[in-house]
Amino acid sequence: MSAPVAPPARLGRLLVAAPYLWLLLFFLAPFAMVLRMALSDADTALPPYAPHFEGLARLGEFFARLDLENFRLLAEDSLYGQSYLYSLRVAALTTLIALAIGYPLAYAMAAAPRHWRPVLLVLVVLPFWTSFLIRVYAWIGILRPDGLLDMMLGSLGLTSEPLRLLNTEAAVLIGMVYSYLPFMVLPLYATLEKLDRSLLEAAADLGATPATAFLTVTLPLSLPGLFAGAALVFIPSVGEFVIPDLLGGPDTTLIGNLLWTTFASRDWPLASAVAIVLLVVLVLPLALLQQARLARGGP
Amino acid sequence: MKRLGPGLILALVVGFAFLYLPILALVAYSFNASRLVTVWGGFSTHWYGSLLSNQPLLDAAWLSVRLAFVSATLAAGLGTLAALALVRHGRFQGRLLFSGMVLAPLVMPEVITGLSLLLLFVAADVERGFWTVTIAHATFGLGFACIVVQARLAGFDRSLEEAARDLGATPLVTFWTVTLPLIWPAVAAAWMLAFTLSLDDLVIASFTTGPGATTLPMRLYSAIRLGVSPEINAACTLMIGAVALAVISASLLLKRRQVAGS
Repeated sequence: MSAPVAPPARLGRLLVAAPYLWLLLFFLAPFAMVLRMALSDADTALPPYAPHFEGLARLGEFFARLDLENFRLLAEDSLYGQSYLYSLRVAALTTLIALAIGYPLAYAMAAAPRHWRPVLLVLVVLPFWTSFLIRVYAWIGILRPDGLLDMMLGSLGLTSEPLRLLNTEAAVLIGMVYSYLPFMVLPLYATLEKLDRSLLEAAADLGATPATAFLTVTLPLSLPGLFAGAALVFIPSVGEFVIPDLLGGPDTTLIGNLLWTTFASRDWPLASAVAIVLLVVLVLPLALLQQARLARGGP
Repeated sequence: MKRLGPGLILALVVGFAFLYLPILALVAYSFNASRLVTVWGGFSTHWYGSLLSNQPLLDAAWLSVRLAFVSATLAAGLGTLAALALVRHGRFQGRLLFSGMVLAPLVMPEVITGLSLLLLFVAADVERGFWTVTIAHATFGLGFACIVVQARLAGFDRSLEEAARDLGATPLVTFWTVTLPLIWPAVAAAWMLAFTLSLDDLVIASFTTGPGATTLPMRLYSAIRLGVSPEINAACTLMIGAVALAVISASLLLKRRQVAGS
């Protein structure tokens, strides 16, 4: 970091003030309200709901009214616990499958002739620019009974009756992997492309088989990209609710879906508590990941 | 130049087939004369015609474009200011909180962003509709815009600004005539990113909108829930075409500029 030339204080302050105030008002304040809502009971928090928080004098009263009831409800109702665990499972599976498809793809892109790489990169990003609803919708047409997949498999004589993949966990996983694959490929490609090829030649000269060279040179060096890609796929997967809603069935309820239904049934305090726990569930694996990276001495 | 082995070519083919076949199938069926997916009734542009008479869908599309335009402009403007603040003003009061607030919406699940803004709008007792969704989209677009502009500012040659200042330009004039033209491509890219994110968002809009403002993704979502229809395929095909055109022309433009610049 270079020490910047001190700008005139007045202009500088103005520069910071606009986005700062915007974020205080539209990010921090709403977030504080979720926290507060999660800690209030359903009676006082019913809409239309006005802020009761008036000055320091009422601070004590405010804390007295805090209520862990909603969190107790979450802990007692196994529905919520199950769907938290289920969200983590789906997100983990999505990440693993995206890695299995994304790693070879990123590796091949990085190994492709130099003038091909920008084209391949645009080809990976292009589907990401189309609406995600379209991408999910495309899979409904393929997976539904008598859809494209059944038709193709049937005409090949591989199956005699519909597979009934739509509204299953498999369909949710396909949709999630499809939607988040670019997030896995891009960071992997970025690290693999920068990889010094002479290291691989050195390994080969020293008698390593291609497989050994890959496992001892390429894979460890691509770990930063792998971690970044895994985080970028995992995070949105945990909170996802549109994909399981459209492609999943009654037993693929992710925490995002539960939050939406809780919210729609007008129990806003409980929905807020669900949101807070979701954030904690998200932050924990991320913190562990960061810890692992620091332990490895990575960036 | 080394050639790709068969294994790597297979990886490319499988990867890109997975990415593109579903979209190609969707486009193909938008030209199917038959309403049934299982039957190919011959080539037809019938569904595009019926799309043009679907007034609710067209209204929603127009609303989404206007909304994305306003929110992207807000997000790019505020994001640029935020990036300048973070890169240029080494230390200021509350910097940690500020950078945290800029970055947090990027990893925050959309359901939480939506819920929290809804609580704010209800508490403030404002009528929900176009402007509440615009504010919500500007808020989460701000972080993305800030990152894009920040990257550009990091590689910025400060001596140009210093030269302008030495020659007697006021800070404002310097910013307007030197800084802004130099970071302009990043600001434009940030705007485009925020525009696309806004156009694509379903979750946050669903939380923060009111009865009068139904965006295109919301309209599509309710149509999709009712089932597959060639008309949705036609709408999707048009959107895919628009995006492909925009991305390809943007990358061509960038390439030409690079050629001209080098």
